[in-house]
Amino acid sequence: MFAESTEAAGWFLENAWLIPLIPAVAFFLILGFGKRMPRGGSEIGIASMLASLVIAAGTAYQWVQRVDAPVAEGEHALARGSFGFARTFSEEAAEAGHEVAPVISTLDWFDIGRLHVSIGSHIDGLAVTLLLLVAFISTLVQIYSTEYVRGDRRYTHFFASITLFSAGMLTMVLAPNMLQFILGWEIMGLCSFLLIGHWWEETANSKAALKAFFTVRVGDMGLLVGTAALFALFGTMEIGEINEQAANFAGDNKGMLLFAAIALFIACIGKSGQFPLHTWLPDAMAGPTPVSSLLHSSTMVVAGVFLVARLYPVFHVGLDINVAGQSFNLIAVIGGITVLIAAGLAFVQDDIKKVLAYSTVSQLGYMMLGLGVGAWTGAVFHIFTHAFFKCALFLCAGSIAHTGSHHSFDMKKDMGGLRKKMPVTFVVWIVSTMALMGVPFFSGFFSKDEIIDSAKHNHYTVFYFVAIIGAAMTAAYMTRATYLTFFGKARGGAAHFVHGHDDAHDTHDAHADAHGHDAHGHDDHHAPAHHSAPLPFAKTDSSWQITVPLIILGVLAIFSGYLNAPALGIHWFEHMTESSIGAGSAMSVPPPPEFSWAAAAPGLLLVLAGFVVSLLISKAVFGEKKTALQGLTQRNSLLGAGHKFLVNKYYLDALYENVIVKAVAYPIARAAYWTNQHVLDGIVNAVGIGGKRTGELVYKYVDQGLVDGAVNGSGATARGAGGALQPVQSGKVNLYGALLFGAAAVGALVLVLVNS
Amino acid sequence: MLLASDIEVAQNIGFYLIAAVMVLGAINVVRSSNVVHAALSLVAVMGGAAAQYLLLSAEFVAVTQVLVYIGAVMVLFLFGVMLTRAKLGKDIDLNNKGGAAIGAPVALLLFGVMAYVLIKGFEDDRIVTSGDEAIGSTATLSDKIFSLYALPFWALSFVLLAAVIGAIVLARKD
Amino acid sequence: MLVNNFLILGAVLFSIGVYGVIARKNAVLVLMSIELILNSVNINLLAFDRINGTQDGAVFALYIIAIAAAEVGVGLAMVLLIFRNRKTIALDDLSEMKG
Repeated sequence: MFAESTEAAGWFLENAWLIPLIPAVAFFLILGFGKRMPRGGSEIGIASMLASLVIAAGTAYQWVQRVDAPVAEGEHALARGSFGFARTFSEEAAEAGHEVAPVISTLDWFDIGRLHVSIGSHIDGLAVTLLLLVAFISTLVQIYSTEYVRGDRRYTHFFASITLFSAGMLTMVLAPNMLQFILGWEIMGLCSFLLIGHWWEETANSKAALKAFFTVRVGDMGLLVGTAALFALFGTMEIGEINEQAANFAGDNKGMLLFAAIALFIACIGKSGQFPLHTWLPDAMAGPTPVSSLLHSSTMVVAGVFLVARLYPVFHVGLDINVAGQSFNLIAVIGGITVLIAAGLAFVQDDIKKVLAYSTVSQLGYMMLGLGVGAWTGAVFHIFTHAFFKCALFLCAGSIAHTGSHHSFDMKKDMGGLRKKMPVTFVVWIVSTMALMGVPFFSGFFSKDEIIDSAKHNHYTVFYFVAIIGAAMTAAYMTRATYLTFFGKARGGAAHFVHGHDDAHDTHDAHADAHGHDAHGHDDHHAPAHHSAPLPFAKTDSSWQITVPLIILGVLAIFSGYLNAPALGIHWFEHMTESSIGAGSAMSVPPPPEFSWAAAAPGLLLVLAGFVVSLLISKAVFGEKKTALQGLTQRNSLLGAGHKFLVNKYYLDALYENVIVKAVAYPIARAAYWTNQHVLDGIVNAVGIGGKRTGELVYKYVDQGLVDGAVNGSGATARGAGGALQPVQSGKVNLYGALLFGAAAVGALVLVLVNS
Repeated sequence: MLLASDIEVAQNIGFYLIAAVMVLGAINVVRSSNVVHAALSLVAVMGGAAAQYLLLSAEFVAVTQVLVYIGAVMVLFLFGVMLTRAKLGKDIDLNNKGGAAIGAPVALLLFGVMAYVLIKGFEDDRIVTSGDEAIGSTATLSDKIFSLYALPFWALSFVLLAAVIGAIVLARKD
Repeated sequence: MLVNNFLILGAVLFSIGVYGVIARKNAVLVLMSIELILNSVNINLLAFDRINGTQDGAVFALYIIAIAAAEVGVGLAMVLLIFRNRKTIALDDLSEMKG
């Protein structure tokens, strides 16, 4: 048995820093040599991800041994369950679980004053879970991509970016301190920009990439501010120490902790696509489908949830979660709003990827909701299970577009009736959908149910109802999407595929153009269309590189839930991860409630109701038989208005672009323009030719300025700055020198005067 | 019998003589209307600096100063003057219009701040002039360079290499 | 000897060099003024070196001499290039960066 001595934690646990390092090195190798490799660098990417996966698996194995080691000598019984160690809920056992210390191995990075920054790995249950997840899903997605983006003109760059993307996520997951966390976080931000804009030749794609980048960046400010606030409060960047100090927080500086928690949560809102910064996520569908699936399952969007889970004591104490008498907190409210809003939006999407995107947003809302009501284990486990089935769903969508609907993602125009021709994709889709809906004994059920149960148990009654209504909506919109895609009459591209494969290729180009689907780029790899061999039992389905990952994910969509199935008395996952929140803390996270079918029944009934209602409506609206419901939104003005409201995404984009951007950016642009016109041309040529026009502008903007005080103030500042900076723009090197030395002299003078 | 105080008097006289030459030379560098005169004044300043290094008992640096600055850098400057076909003799077009009006206040302000800080900070601290052999010896200097400061030395050699290649690339005709 | 002898000499040379950088138009003369500044720094370093009694300042001074040599080499090459392209090395003619 391993781990007799506490020093030797095990090779894998101590060398886990290799996990992100290998893909990071692979990134440079792909960039440098990828184009010369026989498979364009994809083999380097896959090999590096496989290596990471092997090390991650080793780490997970040793972590399991580490957690179980003290139990072997302890007396309190840990009943062996069918999938590992099931834990009885005795207090002794809970204490035993908390004593597992994380394995931290670091190198000195740099020192600034009293700040000591290291780089390395911080291995605990949470980190191990995410490491294994990210490495595993990245490997599958890369294998899938070899077929999906085959022949793309930036094939090598695609693999380079996606490898670096995984490296960034892994770096972040391992981070022992906030600085490394930010490093990984930002690498992911950059790579998401590169990958979403992979087909940047289409304006819509590059716009989507920019939107994703900037929206997330709004939140990133929160991460920096929050980290600074934590440093000011605790004087450390180490995550372990921050957690410990926050958990035992007793100072009267509570306001600062609240501030840090809110600032960090703003970062999570941006990264995890929570309301109101969720608008970038559906647009991110412009990237290739493997990217969407990686982005939406285990990386990027999970980063925000991971941050909350990682620094849970900060949020728990800072935001007063699970304090008696508190039935609201920021995280739960944002999560709850996101669950409902995104689920509502998923109903009106025609694009299959956008349905899944909003579904992701909604599920992320669940995770936040779970964290907000104190169901830490449930939320983290939902990250785990959601990654498998959501990745499977996205890859199914990609498989359909790749093979079945000729690169269209439009469910209404190009899909339908695909279940017979694409059996593997269909089965995996159905299994994953059931997991997503939370059908009992599929993985999503166990995780989602724990969140819902905890919301009720911890007296967050409002959020309990939000959660079960959200679950019903999930069932409904997924039923609609499934019906549109696989049942009914084959339409458009799918019709070509279902009814005859040969003539489809001829009409494809005109066909794809005719649709003019907006945000998502169709892959432009159809010219040398030699696809690999499909699996023998599904000859008309996609080729094996696509279907094999699908099958693996489909299997996991069912069985990954059994690592923590309260319904069957299995608490293994919880046992493995519970020490991550902070060892021996004074923080009181309530234990998860005992599972009972009676408690789960209302949610399940609602899910069933959502499914049945949606199926009936789908059949009526999209089915082959003419019914009164078809075209209802065109005929009924009230429903039409509701539909329009949803199609326009609650007008949030319009709010951002027209109101906020105009109200904030436009005055700034105007002030800058005014500075340009008025100060540079105006002052320089004030007496001269520009006098008249300047007078007009002054009049106009003085007038404006009276109306808008803020603009006036910023304008005055800008005039001063513009006047001072004017000599800088002379282009004369000597003047630059004079300014440099003069500024240095004045600065020194100020310092002397201040200090003497 | 040579007293330490006598040596110090001699050192002070030497210092002020050399310093006067250096300051006058420096002023000539920035005020002369003849490029070649300016360059030759710079030689005087650099030679004076080398002499000051000797007073500070840093022989190796002094020798290097003579070899590198007076030997190599000055030759480069003179080549630069020749290759850019500067007028030999008086040239009134060497200064910026209004350059003195901006430069003089900035320079004076800088000098004022620095002088104030130095006088206030070091008041009458003295330089140790004991006859310690180790101080200024080239052996200890080389020990430092090749042990503690080996990495910067290494980096510096790359900088020099880059500068050599860069200068060739920039200056060649095609 | 007073430390300030050397330090003030350094300050004087530095200020004169700054004046030269600002007032001179000819690029070669500006480079010469920069050399004045670098030399003043070296004098300071060696003076501080003597206060501390270590040799670190001398090492820095040597490295600065090497950097200065590199800087002059590249700087003069650029001046030559500018002269070849424009037939002038007056810095106020080089104002493409004007905003």
